[in-house]
Amino acid sequence: MADNTTPEVPVRTGPTPTSTLATIRIAKNDRKRRPLPRISGKLLTGIIIVVVIALFGILAPFFVQDPRFSGNDALLPPGDGHILGTTKLGYDVFAQLAWGTRGSLFVGVVAGALALLLAILFGVLAGYFGGVVDEILTLLTNIMLVIPGLPLVMVIAAYVQNTEGLGPFARSSFLVAIVLGITGWAGSAVVLRATAKSLRMRDYVAASRVAGERPLRVIFVEILPNLVPLLAAQLIFGVIFAILGEAGLSYLGLGPTGSITLGTMLNDAQTGQAVGSQAWWWFIPPGALIALLGTGLSLINFAIDEIVNPKLRLAPQAARNQRKANREGRSVSENGAIA
Amino acid sequence: MVFYVRRILFYVITLWAAVSLNFLLPRLLPGDPAAIMLGKLRRANGGRPLSEETIRGITSMLGAEKGMTFWDQYIAYWGRILQGDLGISSTRYPAPVIELIGAALPWTVILVGVATVLSFVLGIVAGAWVGWKRGTWVDHLVPATTFLQSIPYFWLALVLVAVLSVQLGVLPIIGGYDVFDFPGGPEWSWAFFGSTVVHAILPAITIVISSVGGWLLGMRNMMVQTMSEDYVVTAEAKGLTPSRIRTRYAARNAVIPSLAGFGIALGFVVAGSIVTEQVFSYPGIGKLMIQSVQGLDYSLMQGVFLVITLAVLAANFLMEMIYGFIDPRVRHRG
Repeated sequence: MADNTTPEVPVRTGPTPTSTLATIRIAKNDRKRRPLPRISGKLLTGIIIVVVIALFGILAPFFVQDPRFSGNDALLPPGDGHILGTTKLGYDVFAQLAWGTRGSLFVGVVAGALALLLAILFGVLAGYFGGVVDEILTLLTNIMLVIPGLPLVMVIAAYVQNTEGLGPFARSSFLVAIVLGITGWAGSAVVLRATAKSLRMRDYVAASRVAGERPLRVIFVEILPNLVPLLAAQLIFGVIFAILGEAGLSYLGLGPTGSITLGTMLNDAQTGQAVGSQAWWWFIPPGALIALLGTGLSLINFAIDEIVNPKLRLAPQAARNQRKANREGRSVSENGAIA
Repeated sequence: MVFYVRRILFYVITLWAAVSLNFLLPRLLPGDPAAIMLGKLRRANGGRPLSEETIRGITSMLGAEKGMTFWDQYIAYWGRILQGDLGISSTRYPAPVIELIGAALPWTVILVGVATVLSFVLGIVAGAWVGWKRGTWVDHLVPATTFLQSIPYFWLALVLVAVLSVQLGVLPIIGGYDVFDFPGGPEWSWAFFGSTVVHAILPAITIVISSVGGWLLGMRNMMVQTMSEDYVVTAEAKGLTPSRIRTRYAARNAVIPSLAGFGIALGFVVAGSIVTEQVFSYPGIGKLMIQSVQGLDYSLMQGVFLVITLAVLAANFLMEMIYGFIDPRVRHRG
């Protein structure tokens, strides 16, 4: 289709491509050469960071000392025996970091998955069915979107955690993950609704509906598979949001005190006056690890973004090609003459 | 016109939903906050029995009054809200919640407001420039902004405090002003103003650093997309100067989605940077919220949450009206 409307621009001789034409040509070449999107430096870096941190969280807790063993000397700087020193209570910071990473990852994945499920429920159903269903679900989504997240989480956590009869569950990381999950889905739902709405208009979805498929089958077989890159991006957003949210909650003392996460480490550091006593090895590592993990996940999202939205990838490429052509002296010169 | 009616209707419904949520949360979630709250108030009152009036106020805000149907409770609750009566705080007994919020609001609004505007302007200008320079070495700087965004902002605050305040001792660590210089509280003088500015620098830097990356990235991506639109190519073909194309054709259109985000961000000014305020013990809304949650001061907590929600709604509403004016497409798509 595109071939009929775009004049073919010879690469070497003709007038220099304007950026749009160049973009289209690069897109074509790209499609011809690569059946799969190539792995960019960003994607690779992101994957390496995330995998290393995930492995650290999964495996390291088996090899470190008990993170609540207080027999060590207090506030040792990093050195022999304790790679990252010890806390005020004599806990080994490296051991805490290993367990904390595991705890934070758990909260992030559970909350992210829950938020994604709710986003699919609200977003995809609204976009697919339209009409009254859409109106109601979108209204709910928009209400959730404008109600400020962290204060809502704080209020819910304050009520739930002081409920009698919940026992240790009231202070577990699982409960924190659930609270973060049910408050963090609205943004994704908006994105999913828009895309589901446009997919619904496509011919193949219409064909499947005309063939008499049930709505749920159409959604699961025809629509969801086409949303996979978007779902992955939303899941990653959800995980980042949950990990940062957990860290904030824990720092305020509303986190899962029953388990160790990177957030509870920061909370301990704060109550233990780590900043005032210049025990940098205590509060720097957990925050840096969160930032690094977030960066890794964002880089992956970045790469997904460039696949879903080709203009982001192709336009800079076109500009690059144009400049290269300029340098080699086969472009439109300043006064418009062809060199 | 239909657009405006629809939006106004949406905000009326959302307002109703937010207030109702505030009503339902303490009642539907397990536990008995009204009883806890009354116990706390009694202790704060030195063990003396509370007045009938206070008890009725607390129960109508927080929990089941004996012999009242759910519906009657709901009506009574709305009555209190409309009178601006949010109950009495237990952590700062006997101050009314509404006064505490009134005293904390200016601190947060000025600090976070200035920081948000600053961050937005910086991010948009830098983003437009990076987007204009697409395909050059500048592209490689873009992923770095994701790192800035992923930093937990309160941790950044801790690091800044450790370096600038504890190590170097250049800036004050906590508070909104110097309590030793001004033991009587806030006053109208240049010295007091200076003290507040010095105290606001670190929190403001923290907020700007942790939020500027998002604006930059959004603007850059929109700029890159706009630059490959046909009308930009036309402008180039007409021989317009690059600076004219950059500002009047590309940036002007690319900034529209960011403006929508700016509206939301302005709404969250009052929600503030709750955790950042905690790090600096800044006397704003966030600090009040944390105090109430830690002290299980449910009246104060509900009140702060309500005020934050109302502010977010108001800011969003205002911004959406302006947005509909700037970008006619929004009005017509419905």
